[in-house]
Amino acid sequence: MSLEVVVAAALFVGVLAYAVLAGADFGSGFYDLIAGGTRKGAEMRTLVDHSIGPVWEANHVWLIYVLVVWWTGFPSSFAPAMSTLVLPLLLALLGIVLRGAAFAFRKYSGSLAQARLFGIVFASSSVLTPFFLGAVAGGIASGRVPATGHGDLWTSWINPTSIFGGVIAVGTCAFLAGTFLAADAVRSGHAHLADQLRIRTLSVGIVTGLVVFAALVPLQDDAPTLSHGLEHRAAPLVVASAIAGAATLVLIWLRRFAWARLTAVVAVAAVVSGWGMGQYPWMLVDQVTITEAAGARATLQGLLVAVALAAVLVGPALFYLFRLTQSEEWSHDD
Amino acid sequence: MALSLGWHIILAAFGVAFPAMIFAMHLRGVRRDDAVALGLAKRWGKVAAVLFAIGAVSGTVLSFEMGVLWPGMMGKYGDVLGLPFAFEGLAFFLEAIFLGIYLYGWGRMPPRRHVWMVLPMALMGIVGAYCVLAVNAWMNVPSGFRLDHGKVVDVNPWRVLFNTHAFLQFAHMWLGAYMITGFTIAGVYAVGMLRGRRDEHHRLGFAVPFVFASIAAVIQPFMGHVLGMGMAGRQPSKLAALEMETTHESPSPLHIGGFLVNGHIRDSISIPDIGSLLAMNSTKAVPDLAHIPVKDQPPITMTHWAFQSMVGIGSLLMLAVLWYWLQRRRGKDLTDRRWFLWFVAAAGPLSVIALECGWIATEVGRQPWIVYGVLRTADAVGDYTGRLWILYGASLVLYTSMTVGAVVVLRSMARRWRAGESELPSPYGPEELDSSAATAAGEGR
Repeated sequence: MSLEVVVAAALFVGVLAYAVLAGADFGSGFYDLIAGGTRKGAEMRTLVDHSIGPVWEANHVWLIYVLVVWWTGFPSSFAPAMSTLVLPLLLALLGIVLRGAAFAFRKYSGSLAQARLFGIVFASSSVLTPFFLGAVAGGIASGRVPATGHGDLWTSWINPTSIFGGVIAVGTCAFLAGTFLAADAVRSGHAHLADQLRIRTLSVGIVTGLVVFAALVPLQDDAPTLSHGLEHRAAPLVVASAIAGAATLVLIWLRRFAWARLTAVVAVAAVVSGWGMGQYPWMLVDQVTITEAAGARATLQGLLVAVALAAVLVGPALFYLFRLTQSEEWSHDD
Repeated sequence: MALSLGWHIILAAFGVAFPAMIFAMHLRGVRRDDAVALGLAKRWGKVAAVLFAIGAVSGTVLSFEMGVLWPGMMGKYGDVLGLPFAFEGLAFFLEAIFLGIYLYGWGRMPPRRHVWMVLPMALMGIVGAYCVLAVNAWMNVPSGFRLDHGKVVDVNPWRVLFNTHAFLQFAHMWLGAYMITGFTIAGVYAVGMLRGRRDEHHRLGFAVPFVFASIAAVIQPFMGHVLGMGMAGRQPSKLAALEMETTHESPSPLHIGGFLVNGHIRDSISIPDIGSLLAMNSTKAVPDLAHIPVKDQPPITMTHWAFQSMVGIGSLLMLAVLWYWLQRRRGKDLTDRRWFLWFVAAAGPLSVIALECGWIATEVGRQPWIVYGVLRTADAVGDYTGRLWILYGASLVLYTSMTVGAVVVLRSMARRWRAGESELPSPYGPEELDSSAATAAGEGR
């Protein structure tokens, strides 16, 4: 593998981590939103607070990682994507800002009225943000970002591939979040919450799974390069996501939430990797390849040093954080 | 971009300096078994949680803006200046992880281990700040690449990360962060004392940040002076603007205040010879604007005023803390004097103003360049001028509402703490709803 491809792989690991980890945080907003009135949703909202509170900022940093590695490692593809997909990116950014701020504000708000306002902002921006990020991915994957930049401001993200990408992003986030929240609910002794989440997550999972496979049909016309990749090189990943997704549904049905978390992560990671593998070796599909987009060699090497250092320093710390938050002692209430 | 940077820089200052103060307070609590210190550390942690959340998202705005607003810089120089950002991201990663561990570790971890969880945040704040300042220093003193017929070649990103100017800029900003955070937090407790709350809680809440801020405030003017040394060679146009030198004079005078009207200085207080002494450490002439083509000159009056406001506030704060500690040695506690408490309450906002002024001085003073001598700001900016105003308006609304939200929430936290609550449960939790329903029912009877 060439240096460029190694760096691109490191970039994609960030995309994957963001999709799975931050995805689960965003997805929690979905259950927060449909938890019902203040009284009825109180327990669910407290569970969401408890579940994503310690981790959302760390998970959010994956996005920063992706942006930095992208513009540092592949500067000539960053500017065109930014200038073409500026609208969905700004909308996603708005969602990210509102989600993070409103989440922190809600937890410490002084009155119920304040909490309601922040809560609505938090939950709705959590649901909408993945849509725009998915639409951005769809725009790139369907070859709508010209190498020179300044592609169409609207059709670059309002098109079949982007719409499917957005819907799939929202669905996978909610699916992941549902399994994680259900496991958290069981561990902290809220069995009826887990029951509620079980039904909701099963519904989300079935719908999302259908959308993923339905998307393969319009993609053939709308994103031929990606579609070809998905049917050939990335075919094993598509199959893997189907198996893992089905396994997750069965496990949730059987109330094995702890195990369902694993298969859900595998299913979502396989879908996202399918996209990455499907569009390889393009950085911007049909326009710029990974090798063409790569920046100076010395910088790519420097980036790999940074990534290696991150693996050594951030890896164990992140593991420690997740181990603490997923442990018994940390599950009791404040 | 200036709006979001100017906003983020304040939160970044808290991000850099606040963990160290929390650590000092928490360590005192654990070592001396001091319940007041532990209580303060816990409260500060919650305040930090709110500030960090909005700091994290406003930092994300910046990474997006880099691409959206400055395609001319990121497309061409992205691989030159990107590496420090990669390390900054790494530092921020660790900060966010340990923030999560620290905040949720209260009561869930052995106390002696828990206190150390905030230390990585303090250290990573240093690393992160250094990296960002390395990029800014690079924009002032570009290095680590060569231009060959307009193409960027021979990129050496490590030279950007470790460029000679970076350390000095970092030290200046780092001290500034401690001043802002220290004075602001000490100011909060000074206001409490003004309202007659003079318990151990307020004494300690004042003392710890004030010590941090004092040390920083005393070193800062010297650090700033060291940073300015050699600027005549590096960025003569900036130095000329900072000092508002229009004509060649040796030794040059110092112009305090004043406006530049048609190339002439008006309404300034000019002191002969001092300008050279301060800016050049000698009697040599300060670089002047007469030798710099108008198209390469920064906005003079703005740069000059921002610079001198910063220097003025910095000197005032240094003298004030020196006075405080001198009086203390003589056995007089100035916190008994209302005017001093008022002054400390004002010191936080003043140091924020000084920081913003310093930032304006260095950024505006570098104009018309975004990368000094290499890339003009006008060539780096994206070409959607008309729509930029819509974006600007939207960001203004967003930042205003975030500021209002933060103020409302922090104030209500303070109110609940004063009312005697310590844990601050969220108002929508089941227990809270039950208890407030019970209270309502009780009142209804």
